[in-house]
Parts: sequence; structure tokens; C-alpha cells
Amino acid sequence: MPISLTVNGKRHELDVEPEMPLLWVIRDELGLTGTKFGCGIAACGACTVHVDGVATRTCVTPVEVVDGAEITTIEALAASSGAGEGELSALQAAWVAKQVPQCGYCQSGMLMAVSALLAENPQPTDEDIDAAITNVCRCGTYPRIRAAIREVTSA
Amino acid sequence: MKLGKPTRRQFLIAGGAVAGGALLIGYASSGPSRRAQADAAASAGGERFVTTWLKIAPDNTVTVYVPHADMGQGTITALAMMAAEELDADWSLVRAEQAPAESAFANESLGNRFVPGDGVPPMLKGVNAAAWYQVAKFMSLQITGGSMAVRYTGQHGMRTTGAAAKEMLLKAAASRWNCSPSDCTAAMSMVTGPKGETATYGELAADAAEYSPSASPKLKSRSEYKIVGTPRPRFDIPGKVDGSAKYGIDARPEGLLYAAVRLGPVSRSTVVSYDASQVLSRRGVKKVVEFPGGVAVVADNYWRAKEAAAALDVEFDAGDKVNVSSETIFAAQAEALSRETDEDKEVGDAASVFSSAPETEGAEIVSAEYRVPYLAHACMEPMNCTVWIRDGKADVWVGVQDPLGTRARIADVTGIDFDNVTVHPMLLGGGFGRRIPLREGFFDFPSEIDFAAIIAKEVDAPVKLVYSREDDIQHDAYRPAVTSRIRAVVGPDGYPTAYENLYVYKDDPEEAPHIPYGIANQSIRYAEVPTHIPRGPWRSVAHTQHTFFSESFFDELAHRAGKDPLEYRLALLKDQPRHAAVLKLAAEKAGWGKKLPQGHYHGIAVQQSFGSIVAEVAEVSIEDGSPRIHRVVAAVDCGLVVHPDTAAQQVESGIIYGLTAALYGEISIENGAVVQTNFTDYEMLHLSECPEIEVHFVDSDAPIGGLGEPATPVVSAAVSNAIFAATGTRIRQLPFKLHDLSQVSDKFAQAAD
Repeated sequence: MPISLTVNGKRHELDVEPEMPLLWVIRDELGLTGTKFGCGIAACGACTVHVDGVATRTCVTPVEVVDGAEITTIEALAASSGAGEGELSALQAAWVAKQVPQCGYCQSGMLMAVSALLAENPQPTDEDIDAAITNVCRCGTYPRIRAAIREVTSA
Repeated sequence: MKLGKPTRRQFLIAGGAVAGGALLIGYASSGPSRRAQADAAASAGGERFVTTWLKIAPDNTVTVYVPHADMGQGTITALAMMAAEELDADWSLVRAEQAPAESAFANESLGNRFVPGDGVPPMLKGVNAAAWYQVAKFMSLQITGGSMAVRYTGQHGMRTTGAAAKEMLLKAAASRWNCSPSDCTAAMSMVTGPKGETATYGELAADAAEYSPSASPKLKSRSEYKIVGTPRPRFDIPGKVDGSAKYGIDARPEGLLYAAVRLGPVSRSTVVSYDASQVLSRRGVKKVVEFPGGVAVVADNYWRAKEAAAALDVEFDAGDKVNVSSETIFAAQAEALSRETDEDKEVGDAASVFSSAPETEGAEIVSAEYRVPYLAHACMEPMNCTVWIRDGKADVWVGVQDPLGTRARIADVTGIDFDNVTVHPMLLGGGFGRRIPLREGFFDFPSEIDFAAIIAKEVDAPVKLVYSREDDIQHDAYRPAVTSRIRAVVGPDGYPTAYENLYVYKDDPEEAPHIPYGIANQSIRYAEVPTHIPRGPWRSVAHTQHTFFSESFFDELAHRAGKDPLEYRLALLKDQPRHAAVLKLAAEKAGWGKKLPQGHYHGIAVQQSFGSIVAEVAEVSIEDGSPRIHRVVAAVDCGLVVHPDTAAQQVESGIIYGLTAALYGEISIENGAVVQTNFTDYEMLHLSECPEIEVHFVDSDAPIGGLGEPATPVVSAAVSNAIFAATGTRIRQLPFKLHDLSQVSDKFAQAAD
């Protein structure tokens, strides 16, 4: 049975092993490389996407579990936030304004995790942010991530 | 106009027109002897050897080619600012790119400083064997490391390139308007003549290319800077918020296959046996390839390759290396330090002060043994390398701190001629010293780059080798485990009259074990204790361990003397005004000596490294037996601050990297192999634990210092010293997680009551 996914608004019928993690479907089968491989055990969050709007670590999510789901990756974060063609979402714009990324590798996952948090809880406390954003960044962009979140929550 | 794929020939022409009338210019910043060699090797018909480059296109855009990898330090933006400043360019028209892996872009100002015989740091020693294999004549160094980009390439290369280009443009304009260049002025990418004539740089570029670049153009003074010293948005940020940035792991050449590896758990094991037929019938699996130390499975999807590699039964032989453990390594270090040691630095006559101490009135010997474990780099992007070998040529997609050295390495491993190897530099998902393929003993540390090349030779398609996180943690070149025995003879006033440090591993930078404090008698000595565990540069290299050792020890001496740790340091730094200044600034901004929230304590430390001096004050409390770091205030003297925002960011980054290691970092060895596997047991600092960080720069006219590393080593000592203030417990072994502070903190709290 092929697995069907809607990724960034486009429907795909996929003939892959049901246990293949969604990460590798997204990266190797669909060629969307914005979603990153970091640890393979859901410990770092680099692979976070939205599955039906929920932040999901795809490196441990078998594709069969998300059969039929609507998936949004970093490539469509702006569009899914209502930004026009070639524009950024307010959150991405805050990331640019605060010059958050360093190496940038973890930032796709960070943005997906934070955008899911804000969709559910538009005015999170610092404790809410601490509890929800457990993604790992090795460059140490944490202070600026918090500042960028505050840029959109205090607006 | 796009430059497209450059030919080597183009890049060996210093000033000259390229297609479309663009001006392409570079400048060699070498000293006289190297410069002569370079000119002899590369020049013909008035051409000059070049190092860093500017391209001015007819549409008036300026593109700066930077011979360094940007791993998030903002190097490419900062260096472009230095060139654009001297060029008097309109910043909105400036672009920047990482230079191709071509010898002409070699970072000669770095090579020139470390020519053989002139104190080559161990980090770069492998270069003699590999990168210089092709071009001792070209000084082919493109390494990003040692916090060197701004202070060498920028200061000596980029500024001169920009200034020389401006002079050429002025000459072109003067010729057009029949006046003297001194009658013309350049500003905002436009030249204005004496009668109000104007021409854009783009319009003048083709004419300007007819002139030779000056060897010593006039440089601006600091007071004239308009771009340098301002926080320009980084060029690399937009692609890093929308998923479009391409890292090595994102390379997708047509027909790409994926490789996953099974490496012997013990470094440099040999493969004894395996049965490829176990996995060859699996879906998507194309091939099984053996290489020295491991077996790779090649498949049409990385997950399929990884699952198949995991399913292979592979027998490895590690010989007697299986008898090695962290325990045996530290025992060997202790034993080595008890035997004869080698001289690092001797000042005065420390030995006699120590030997006469027992008979000296009021003198006392204070001693402490410190220890740090192995550390992995754990870059967020797992190690990877994509290689496509066809028709006697190799294409390589990889993000590395040394693209040119990588090119030489691939040539070496595959037997393909250097000129037929093309490296496509990709972004790096973290580097921290891990992505420098050339290092001392490199040939004994085969890495993913070698393996990818060996595997690709056996496959008729491009192959992307990707390490799992477990491969990355277990097969790194580690910050070494190090023991240090420190002693001091302390006089009746509480200040040391003699200092001794016996440590293992003389590493880079060689001054890392040296102290800034004015002590008349010093004996700093070392022992080498070889193991099979690969060693590599780890952000700030030997400073990571030595700053923890010495800055903890001087804190011990201060407390023992009953003196304030800041005042104690200042008393020993009378001849080090820059150190004193950053200490005072950090202390002032942190509120040193002022009342803190209940249960909060301060610790302070200072270190000079890579040309910059950093003092940090950490504010710490103890929660459930563990330190909680609330705030770190850093004061930095790095000379001129080129880009204040990325400079502050590098200090924040360095603090968090160092703090992560101090709290959690421990790679331990059992049965010859690394025990830790992933972020579950090699733990990372998270957002919830991240302290508030404040960075202050001293207004300094000292030479430009590096910033990628100097903030890292200081934080472990600052936090440890705060822990002592909070608990009375002196931590002499990292990481902090090994120590349960609940008992002592309770006791201390009771005593305080």
C-alpha cells in the first residue's frame, strides 16, 4: 500500500517501507533538505516539522504513522503563516532582525518548534518557552532565540 | 555578472579585466622573502601573486571572495566590511562569497606567519605534509581556525585589497578626465572629479584593470571608518531562516547514492570478517565496501544504508588497545608526571624556592591536582562528505575549515591529480576545530573525508557518506584528557613566590599553560603520554584545559590568603594593564562585591588567548546539588571591533560552548573505545539552562585579536570559582556533573546560619 502525504501543500503517493522515518522520506525521497538530521533519536530537534500543525521530531517518526497527514517543513513555514510569495513569516523576520543563526544548522528545527508553540500559546511565559523548546543548538544562539521570540510575542 | 566557475589562470592574474569588463583584484600581503617566492612562482608579464580578491562588475556591485569558511562566526561579512571600508564602497552594493578551493585564494597572511621554522602550531603541522604538497610555492593555506580570519586575512589582506583597488579606480578616473588622481575623490562606489565629473566604480572597472595594484596603498585611519565598527546584517542569515541554506549534508548531485558506515568501536581497528550477503538483497542496497577500519553500505536512501550497516555482523580486531580505559590513561599521566618532565618555561629559580620552602619562615607549599576529560566536538551537522569520481576526475561537496587542504587530501587518497579534484565548498553545520582535516598525526586519523573518497572509487555514482550521531561522538579527534599538578610557594602575605605546573601534552597554542601573573620564579613542565585516542583542536585548543587549571588555582590561593579573588589577581597583574582592565570592567558590570540575590555567588576568571583578553564573572546558585548559572558577564579586549554584533555573538557562543563542556562534557574510554553515544549521554546545554549573557568591549587600540575562541576557556573557571564561593567545595575535575554539591551546600548553608 503506498503511503500518502501532503507536504507543503503538495500531495505525494510514496512506495517506501512503512517504518522509514519521516525525516528520510522528506530529505532523500522528496529532496527537501531544509529539515535536518542531527541525532536520530529525537534528542536534538533538528528534524522538527509540523504534522497537522504539531511540532514533530521526524527522525523517529515512522512514515506509516503520519499516513494521510498534512506536513509543513521549513521551506513552507512562511506560506503556512500567511506570508506572501517571497516574504518571511513574522517569526522568521524576527530571526533576521535579531541575527539569530550562527552556523544555522539547527535553526530550521528551532523555527518549526517555536512556531508550533506560538500557534498554541501566542503569549508564552519564559517557563513555557523553556519547557517547549528543548532543541539543541551548539553555537549557543539561545539568548537570541529568546530575544527573537520576545520580538513577536511582545508586539 | 556572474563569475561562474573560475579557471586557475584567471585567479593568478592580479589586476585584470575579466569577461564583461569587471575588475578583479587581489593582493599578497606576504613578507619580502615569501613575496618574492610567490611572485617568482606565479607572476608573468607583470602579474602579481594574489591572496584575497575583489570583483567589481559593470553594474557597480562589488563581490569579495573570502578564503575562509563561515561556520556562523560572521567571518565572510566581517572581512567583506574590511575590504569595502578601504574601497569606499557603497555597502548596499557589496556581496561576499567564500572563495573557491583554488591555490590563488590561499590565505597567505596565515601561511606567512607560520612558515616552517617559525613556530608552526601543532594544529597546522599536517599542512606541511599535505596542503603544501602541491604548492609550497603558493603557500596554499585556506584554513579557518585559530581565530585568525579577521586579525590576519582581514587586517593584512582585505584592507590592502580594498585600498589598492580604490587607487586603481582613481587612476582610471584621472586618466579619463585628464587630471591627477589626487584631484579625484572616491566615496560610495563613485569617483568624483575636480569639475564635478562622476563615474561609478562599475563604469571605471575595465579601465582600472589596466593598472597594477600598488604594493602599499594608503590605508585609512580608524577615525575615517564608516563601515567597520558598525553592525551590518550578515550575508548568510536569510538562507538560514527559510531552509534554503545548503550544508555539506544537503548536497544532491544527480544520481546520488548514500553510504553509512560500521566503524570498529576502537579507533584504528582492523576489519577481520563480515558477510556482505547479509545485506545485499535488502531493498535499495547497492554495494558493500570495506575500507581501513570499517565497512560501508551504499544504498539509494540514507536510512536504508544505515539500517543495513547496523544489520551487518562485522568482526574487528583492536589488538591490545582494548586494555585502555580512562583509568589507565589517567594512571599513565600520573606516572609520567612523577618522572622526569620536559621544560616548557622556566623563570627565575623555582626549584630552589620549593626546596628551601620548608626551612623558610612563613613560607608554605600549596598544591593541587587538576584533571579534565576527553571532549568531542559534537557539531550539529553530523560529519559527511559527498564524492563523485568519474573520468579520472573527482568532485567533492563538503563543508570544511580547509577546502584547499581537503582537495589535496582527496587527491592523495584517490590518486587523482590535484588539478582534477574540484571541491565545492558547502556551509558547515558547526566546526569548532572538528572540520579541519589536516592536523598533526592526521595520517593516523583517517576521517570521513578519506572514507568517502575510498568508497566513491568503488561506486559508479556520486556517494554521500554520512556519519550517524553515534559515529560522530565515537570517532572524533578529541580534546585530550589532561592532568595538571600545580604547586606554589606562598609567603606570609599570601602571595606566591614560586609557581610550578606539571602537565601532560604540549599542545597548541604553546603559550596556553603560561600565566599572566607576576611571579618571580616559575617552572612549567610537561610530559607526553601517547594513547591511541585521536587528538584534535577543540575550540580554543589547549586553553580549554589550562585556563581551568590556572584560573582555579589562583582562586584557591586568593581564598587561602583571605583576599578577594579580584583584588588578589589585580595585585599580581601590575605589569598587565590589559588584563587588569578587562577584570575591572567585568567586575564592575557584574556588580562584583555588591549584594546578590540570596544563594547567588560570583566567580571570576581571566585569560588571554588568540590575541584577545577575556574576563568573565559568573553568577551561580546551587539547586538540587547542581550549579545553576544565572548570568555571565564578559569583558573583552580584542583591539578594534570590526563588527560589534557578530563580535558579541562569538563571545556569547564561546561562553555557551565552554559552559556546556564544563557542566556535562565527558568522553570516557572503556575497553579502548568511547563509551558515550549520543546527546543522551554526551549532554548538551538547553535553552532552559542558558544564562543571561552580557558582553562588553574595552575601547582598545591593541592589535586586532581573534574572537571565535577566546571566550570559551574562561567560563569553566569562572563558574567553578563561583561554586567554591557558594559551597566551599573546590572542583578540580571536570565536568561539574560528576560532583554532587547537595551535601556540601546544605552544610555550608547551616554553617552560614
